[in-house]
Amino acid sequence: MKLLTHNILTSHVKGVTKGYPLLIKATEVRVNEVEFNPQFVSRMIPKLEWSALVQAAEGDLPSSLIQDYENNEEFLRKVHRVLLEVEVIEGCLQCPESGREFPISRGVPNMLLNEDDS
Amino acid sequence: MALHCGRSCRQYLLHLAHDHVDFRLPEIKALLSLRGRQFDPSENFQERSPFWRLNGLSEDDARSIMKRTVCGKSVFELWGHGATQTELKTSLLEYPAENMAPYLKQESTYKINVYTFNKTLLFKDRIEKIDALDFLPFEGKVNLKDPDHVFCLLEDYGSDPNDIPEKPLYMYFGRWIADGQRELIRSYSVKKRHFIGNTSMDAGLSFIMANHGRVKAHDLVYDPFVGTGSLLVACSHFGAYVCGTDIDYNTIHGIGKASRKNQKWRGPDENIRANLRQYGKEHLYVDVLVSDASKPVWRKEALFDAIITDPPYGIRESTRRTGSHKDITKPPDDFSGESHVPVSMAYHLSDIFTDLLKFAAQHLVLGGRLVYWLPVYRPEYCEEMVPMHPCLTLISNCEQTLSSHTSRRLITMEKTKEPEETDALAHLADPRFRPYQGHNSFREKYFSGLTKKSSREHSKTSSDGGE
Repeated sequence: MKLLTHNILTSHVKGVTKGYPLLIKATEVRVNEVEFNPQFVSRMIPKLEWSALVQAAEGDLPSSLIQDYENNEEFLRKVHRVLLEVEVIEGCLQCPESGREFPISRGVPNMLLNEDDS
Repeated sequence: MALHCGRSCRQYLLHLAHDHVDFRLPEIKALLSLRGRQFDPSENFQERSPFWRLNGLSEDDARSIMKRTVCGKSVFELWGHGATQTELKTSLLEYPAENMAPYLKQESTYKINVYTFNKTLLFKDRIEKIDALDFLPFEGKVNLKDPDHVFCLLEDYGSDPNDIPEKPLYMYFGRWIADGQRELIRSYSVKKRHFIGNTSMDAGLSFIMANHGRVKAHDLVYDPFVGTGSLLVACSHFGAYVCGTDIDYNTIHGIGKASRKNQKWRGPDENIRANLRQYGKEHLYVDVLVSDASKPVWRKEALFDAIITDPPYGIRESTRRTGSHKDITKPPDDFSGESHVPVSMAYHLSDIFTDLLKFAAQHLVLGGRLVYWLPVYRPEYCEEMVPMHPCLTLISNCEQTLSSHTSRRLITMEKTKEPEETDALAHLADPRFRPYQGHNSFREKYFSGLTKKSSREHSKTSSDGGE
């Protein structure tokens, strides 16, 4: 699971109102090199919840969005790395309100709910 | 007929493949709109003809369209046309000499091809037709192998293979500019793909879907019924970043029984990511997740530039949804025992589309498109059955026949309005916004149509004097 996906995922456990962001509990993380595309990063930034991304990035990003980021290649590269190059391979995502855990295996999150929590 | 004035009034002749005929116009229109252009055909436009004369385009526009289209075979700068040899000649003589000149220079080489639609010509006839064009002021040399410029005489012999006329019904002559992307149908063939399933979309249609959806580079595209990812593969070819979800754990993880003949189990390199890697597009892979499309897991915001999908019809792969114990169906084939679909409930087809349209209205960017297949029981189909949503505008509806009584329709919708609270009550004002009826028994009707019982019932109805 990439951190871009984590940023747009939310808990859908029945009755939960504060299901975002999901807590990441990773046991295996991988960092790959992925081709940098500044336009894609620029277009994604307005759709992101910046504070959730900063939290997931664990110190690699400034706490607030810089101005005029579209033209700041260094900044965009940092965001690119966090969004697309860091992957959680094994672990789980935890709903911050209900505590329900969604497993991640082989890089794929399983968001299926059981009858009791849907 | 005169082709007059300068650059801006040039006409382009689009030669289309005679395949997926109903899907061609929406594809070309979508590609034109990516260039900010309207579809502006000449008088006597016939949608089903393989030849379309288009106005209002630049050569760059024409080239851009050809870089995307799988319906278009080639595009030409049109120099002349007519219903008879005389008309064609007159038309060519009226074409401004200064527009021809750059391509007829002494130092350049050229070749003339002859293409005939619905007729096979003998070699000598081709030569005769080329010779009949020698009034054109070609100054350069002919080079059949690698010419600087290629020209084409295109002849239309009608659409009836059982009644081919002696002379063409219509003729065109133009300078070849570019070919379309039909080669992708071969190079992306599902037969060669690492990872396939029973319902993998054929390459041609998956590219048509990406084009109907105006998918472009730097977009984020989502498929909520991703299966083996064939639609994501097509979208990634046009530079979009892709993600998908599916309720089937085994398909997402690429494990379990294989769909290929002579292959029992799936190999280690068979998953959606591997498919993107096969075509050099792994950098565009975002994620795939195991998830139930009826219970979306995304933040309720405009996230996706396009949603391109083929929802289950309930025929080959049954429709499933997590839920209560009401309708327990056979548990899914589960290779590793990790599959997490606790109970499968019959997911009524009408709900799939209601949910899908609602999802698209909430999660598409404004101007973004939803492209999906709608299964149809033909004897009962009417246009009013196509699901509607107050925030989505219907762009096109193209039918692909599956059998005498079933077909599927490729529906394209564009988000034109942000959702408001009042939209939840829209169905009270307009019946078209109600949950889609008529599909709930699609699976039943699909199979019943194949049995004798159904035909006996039909004759019984008619003998009763109708309804």
